[in-house]
Amino acid sequence: MSDKGFVLILGAKSDMAQSIAREYAGLGFNLYLAARNVADLESLQSDLQIRHQVEVRLLEWDALKLEEQSNFYQGLAPAPVGVVTALGFLGDQTQAQQDAALAQKILQSNFNALVAVLEPIAADFEQKQSGFIVGISSVAGDRGRKANYIYGSAKAGFSAYLSGLRNRLAEADVQVLTVKPGFVATKMTAGMDLPEKLTAQPEQVAKMVVKAQQKGRNVIYVKPIWWLVMLIIRHIPEVIFKKMSI
Amino acid sequence: MMSCPQKNLAGWGRFPRSTSKACSVQSAQEIAGFLDEEGDVIAYGNGRSYGDSAIADKQIVTRKLNHFLQFDKESGILRAQSGILLSEILQVAVPHGWFLAVTPGTKLITVGGAIASDVHGKNHHHFGSFSQSVLDLKLMLPNGEIIDCSENENRDWFHSTCGGQGLTGVILEARLQLKPIKSQNIEQTTIKSASLQETFAAFEDYQASPYSVAWIDCLAKGKNLGRSLLMVGDFATDGDLDYRSPRGPAIPFNFPKFALNRLTLSAFNWLYYHKVRKKISQQMVSIDQFFYPLDALSNWNRIYGKDGFVQYQFILPKEHSYQGLQEILQIIAASGKGSFLAVLKLYGKHNANWLSFPMEGYSLALDFKVEPSLWGLLERLDEVVVKCGGRFYLAKDARVPKAVFEQGYPQIEQFRAFRRQHGLDKTLNSRQSVRLGL
Ligand SMILES: Cc1cc2nc3c(=O)[nH]c(=O)nc-3n(C[C@H](O)[C@H](O)[C@H](O)COP(=O)(O)OP(=O)(O)OC[C@H]3O[C@@H](n4cnc5c(N)ncnc54)[C@H](O)[C@@H]3O)c2cc1C
Ligand SMILES: NC(=O)c1ccc[n+]([C@@H]2O[C@H](COP(=O)([O-])OP(=O)(O)OC[C@H]3O[C@@H](n4cnc5c(N)ncnc54)[C@H](OP(=O)(O)O)[C@@H]3O)[C@@H](O)[C@H]2O)c1
Repeated sequence: MSDKGFVLILGAKSDMAQSIAREYAGLGFNLYLAARNVADLESLQSDLQIRHQVEVRLLEWDALKLEEQSNFYQGLAPAPVGVVTALGFLGDQTQAQQDAALAQKILQSNFNALVAVLEPIAADFEQKQSGFIVGISSVAGDRGRKANYIYGSAKAGFSAYLSGLRNRLAEADVQVLTVKPGFVATKMTAGMDLPEKLTAQPEQVAKMVVKAQQKGRNVIYVKPIWWLVMLIIRHIPEVIFKKMSI
Repeated sequence: MMSCPQKNLAGWGRFPRSTSKACSVQSAQEIAGFLDEEGDVIAYGNGRSYGDSAIADKQIVTRKLNHFLQFDKESGILRAQSGILLSEILQVAVPHGWFLAVTPGTKLITVGGAIASDVHGKNHHHFGSFSQSVLDLKLMLPNGEIIDCSENENRDWFHSTCGGQGLTGVILEARLQLKPIKSQNIEQTTIKSASLQETFAAFEDYQASPYSVAWIDCLAKGKNLGRSLLMVGDFATDGDLDYRSPRGPAIPFNFPKFALNRLTLSAFNWLYYHKVRKKISQQMVSIDQFFYPLDALSNWNRIYGKDGFVQYQFILPKEHSYQGLQEILQIIAASGKGSFLAVLKLYGKHNANWLSFPMEGYSLALDFKVEPSLWGLLERLDEVVVKCGGRFYLAKDARVPKAVFEQGYPQIEQFRAFRRQHGLDKTLNSRQSVRLGL
C-alpha cells in the first residue's frame, strides 16, 4: 500500500474511469473503486495492485440510492484525498420523451445522484482544507439539442453545480475540475458512428484528466478542439439554432 | 467495447495485406459474442507474427484483455490475461528477481501469441519452448465453452493449442512459471568466426552456455561463407534488479527502395570489422540489449518499404544441417538478395506439441524484401529444406506452398482431424490456415 492516500472513483466500471484508475495507480495513489456489481472489477483490482503496488478496494455502490450517499462516504476509512465521478447514463432521448420514469432516471443519474454524493464530500474537504473533486460532465450540457436534451440538461445542471462548488471551495484550497468530453469511444457510444477526428479514446481522456487535475486546472474540454466547436455552437443565434439538426 | 472497425491489416512483414474487421475485446463475454457470429475469425495479439497467421475476415484483438491476475513473488508463478505483453511482465517481474523462462527476440508480443506460436528463444537448447513454462491455460472454444488445459488436463487441447496458431480457440489467460534471476545484467561473450565450419564448432563449444545465437553474414561467399558473430551469455549475479525498459526512436515512414541496399551492404561489415575486433570478447549488457536489440527501433519493419518483406525461417535436423546450410547460403549469396544478417541458432529436442516448430538442429531466419523475382529464389530454397528433412515456422510464414509445408510436420494430419472432430474448422480460420489447409 502506498502512502499517497486513496482516490475514490464513482462509477468505476466506466471505460473512462478504468483508465483514470490506471493513471492514478501509476502515480502511486491507492484506490476506492465504487460501482454496481463491482465484482466485475476484480481483475482490474488485481492488475493495478500487481503493476503498481498500491491498494485497491472495491465498493458496491448505486448512485440512485440517494439517501444512502452520506453514509456511504462516512464509511470510507481512511477518507479519500480526492474523488472522480465518472458515472453517467445517456438513455434514449425519444423514448424518454414518452416515458416519464426513464426521463427521471436520466436526470437522477446525471444530476441528483451526483449532488447527493458530492455534498458530504465537499463539506469534508472544505473542513479539512484539502482534497480534489473531478466531475465528468459533457459538452452536451453546453447547449440543449433535440437529439439528447434530457441528458444534456442534466449535464448542464451538473456543470453549473461544479462551477458553484469550485467557487465555494476555492477559499478552502479544494480543487474542483470540470471535464467536458466530446465524443469518447466507450460502452456508452458503442455502435454509434462517431467522426474519428473528434473522438477520443478513454486512455487519452484519462491522461488529460489526471494531468489537468495534478496541475490544478478548473475546466477542460477533451479533445481540446471541442472548446472551439462548442464556442461556435453556443454562439449560433437561437432563431437559427432552433431550426437546426445537429 | 463492442464494435469492429474495418482496417487494412497485415502481419509484421506488411505482406500480405487484407481489409478485415478488427474487434477489440475486454472480456470473455465479448469474445463469446464475436465467436458466435458467422464467418472466419481468428485471435490477433500484437501482430508480431510476420505473415498471415493472425489475419482473417474478422480478428478478435486481445490487447485490451490485459490484466495481471496473480503474482506470487515467492514461487514466481504469474497468472495473466492473454493480451498482456511480455514487456509488461518484465516490468512487474524483474524488480522481484524473476524473468520469463522463454523469451523470443522481441518483448512486444502477447502471452496469447507466445503460446499460439509456442515461441522459443536463445535458450531453446537448454529449456525448450514457451509452452514448457505454461502451467495451465484457459481456452475459449468457438461455442463459448471455456476449458482448462495443461500437460495433465485436456492434454490434446494443450498440445494442439500450444503452437496451434489460434486455430483451436481463443486463449483467455495462462499461468506461467517464471525463472529466478539475480541480476538484470547479462555477461555476454562474442565469438567471431570466419567460416560456417568455425561457426558450427563455436556453437558446439559453447553448448553449456544457456543463451546463444549467431548473426551470420548472408552476403559472404567462398571461404568466408557462413562467417558470423556468435553471442552467448547468462545472467550476472550482481544483485542489480533496478529494471527500466528503454524507449527507442521510431521509423516514421517507409524507406525509399534504394536506401535498403546501401544499408544492408555495409551493416554486417561494420559490425564485424569495427564493433568486434577480437576473436573472443566479453561484454556486460542489459536485458534489452541482449534479448531485444531490434525493439530499440520501433517500426523497423518499415525499412523494407511499402511492399513489405517476408521472413524466411526454417530448421534442419542436426545431421543434415551443415551441408544444407552451406547449400542454402551459397544460393542466397549468388542471388545477391536477402538481409545483410540472418539469425542462426542451434535448437534442442522438440516437444509434444503437434505444430511446434523447434526440433534438434540448426535454424536460419532471414528477411527478404518483397519483389517479383523473390518467389523463384524461395522455391529453390524450399527444395533444399525439404530434401534435408527440415520444416518452416508458421509464425514467420506468408507464402510457403501447402505441399512443402506438410512434409515437415509429421503430426499435421492429427491436427487437421482434431479440428474437424471438434468443428473448429468451421469458423476458426486464418488466411494462413486456409492457404495451408490446417
Ligand atoms: C522482431 C521479432 C523477433 C521475433 N523473434 C522471435 C523468436 O526469437 N522466436 C520466436 O519463436 N518467434 C519470434 N518472433 C515471432 C513472434 O514471437 C510470434 O509471431 C508471436 O506469435 C507473435 O505474438 P503476437 O502477440 O504479436 O501475436 P499475433 O502476431 O497477433 O498472432 C500470432 C498468432 O497467435 C495467435 N494468437 C494471438 N493471441 C491469441 C490468443 N489469445 N488465443 C489464441 N491464439 C492467439 C494468432 O491467431 C496468430 O495465429 C519474432 C517476431 C518479431 C517481430
Ligand atoms: N462516451 C462519450 O462520448 C461521453 C461524452 C461526454 C461525456 N461522457 C460522460 O463520461 C462519463 C463516463 O462515461 P463513459 O463514456 O465511460 O461511459 P460508460 O462506460 O457507459 O460509463 C458510465 C458508467 O456509469 C455507471 N452508472 C450509471 N448509473 C449508475 C448508478 N446508478 N450507479 C452506479 N453507477 C452508475 C455505469 O455503470 P454500469 O456499468 O453498472 O451500468 C457505467 O459504468 C459519463 O459521465 C458520461 O456521461 C461520455
